[in-house]
Amino acid sequence: MNDKHLSTQFDAELSGISNRVLEMGGLVESQVAQSVYALTQFSGETATQVLRAEERVNAMEVEIDRDLSAIIARRQPTARDLRLLIAISKTIANLERVGDEAARIARTVQRLINTGVSSRMRLPVADLSFEADLAIAQLRKALDAFARLDTAHALEVLRADDQIDREFDGLMRKLITYMMEDPRTISASIDLIFVAKAIERVGDHAKNLAEAIIYVVKGTDVRHTSVEAVAEAVADTVL
Amino acid sequence: MDTRVQVAAGESPKLSVRDLNFYYGGFHALKKINLEIPERKVTAFIGPSGCGKSTLLRVFNRMFELYPEQRAEGAVLLDGEDILTSKLDISLIRAKIGMVFQKPTPFPMSIYENIAFGVRLFEALPRAEMDERVEWALKKAALWNEARDKLSQSGSSLSGGQQQRLCIARGIAIKPEVLLLDEPCSALDPISTGKIEELIHELKSDYTVVIVTHNMQQAARCSDYTAYMYLGDLVEFGPTAELFMKPKKRDTEDYITGRFG
Repeated sequence: MNDKHLSTQFDAELSGISNRVLEMGGLVESQVAQSVYALTQFSGETATQVLRAEERVNAMEVEIDRDLSAIIARRQPTARDLRLLIAISKTIANLERVGDEAARIARTVQRLINTGVSSRMRLPVADLSFEADLAIAQLRKALDAFARLDTAHALEVLRADDQIDREFDGLMRKLITYMMEDPRTISASIDLIFVAKAIERVGDHAKNLAEAIIYVVKGTDVRHTSVEAVAEAVADTVL
Repeated sequence: MDTRVQVAAGESPKLSVRDLNFYYGGFHALKKINLEIPERKVTAFIGPSGCGKSTLLRVFNRMFELYPEQRAEGAVLLDGEDILTSKLDISLIRAKIGMVFQKPTPFPMSIYENIAFGVRLFEALPRAEMDERVEWALKKAALWNEARDKLSQSGSSLSGGQQQRLCIARGIAIKPEVLLLDEPCSALDPISTGKIEELIHELKSDYTVVIVTHNMQQAARCSDYTAYMYLGDLVEFGPTAELFMKPKKRDTEDYITGRFG
């Protein structure tokens, strides 16, 4: 197997754009972590930082997209090069949405603080924090898998997605109980449901990343298929 | 190397290549090639220089027989009949399987005669019908509008791209069944190339077109099936979109992505 192109410039362009995707991924990953930290600590300042980072994430998406078009126009890529670029296009759209979810959480934190909600209300923020840790770990694993084009890791991400979904369902039940016990928590609890949903979506985006990685390496589109079918595609030794 | 006959699913083959070996003296240039070229489709052959793609094309109409030290083993079936062992006159085979070369090769005669010359070898057409045939061929080759007012001028007075279209017109005027194009655009500018590619697309409604090209993008643009050859082996053959998006062999992928070397 030969990984280098005849054109070293083409290699440099591909590795350059892949690195920028990873940089963008790192940025949104820390955005999500910060937004959840802002929630657990009721830190308005941290929430503001998250919102500020969003502009950078958006700008990166536009830049990477522009470079993608330039590479496609100049290099007329084929096969796995083309698949990589298509996957990058989808990946950055997903990462940008992860950034949006982080910003949504940050705005919720600001609203909670403004309406006088504080840690004394003893909302189940620790459970949210646990769900968030799972989602962030998924995102990190997907980005690692992207960096190494590692389908085994990508498959693990797909397998673990259920766990976040179960966590989300559990949180819903818990918040409903809170609301029934103390109607004064209804407003804040609804906000937390939206936060939980945002975190759950981060997990979904990580899953999309993982599917894109399998597409790059195997050339098989595994979206909307069962995990077993994906495992089969990953095990396929063609190429 | 997989030597099974590679069939394009759901297509009827026009040319079938069976266990074809080819030698230039002691050099084994084609190694047990098996493939089927579907009818009324464009099939492209790609591969690095010396891979045997032009050699294969030259076997398809026995062009190699002009050189005594070259020989072919195996079979090339045109609609089931082996052209390598056929008792048919060689010029009749070449009338069925026309060829256009890399460099435009207009005969040193008028544009009209360039086309009429070949037709006369096979058909005795009255003047009016010959006029019609010339016009038809030039129209098919998208050259009529540029050449209609100068049919009596020399073929070499045309531009390179026009000359190549004249050669294609000459090739189709005798109504072949298969048209072999050996690097037809390598000496042409992008606009002429675009016109030839458009023409190739038009031609496939009536003919089976086989094109050899160094330009992978050209194969991707204008063919339905692509074959990748390397060092005399047929490495991979399949639908063009598949071969360029998800080739089955790592060697094919390395070549089309420019990792070859």
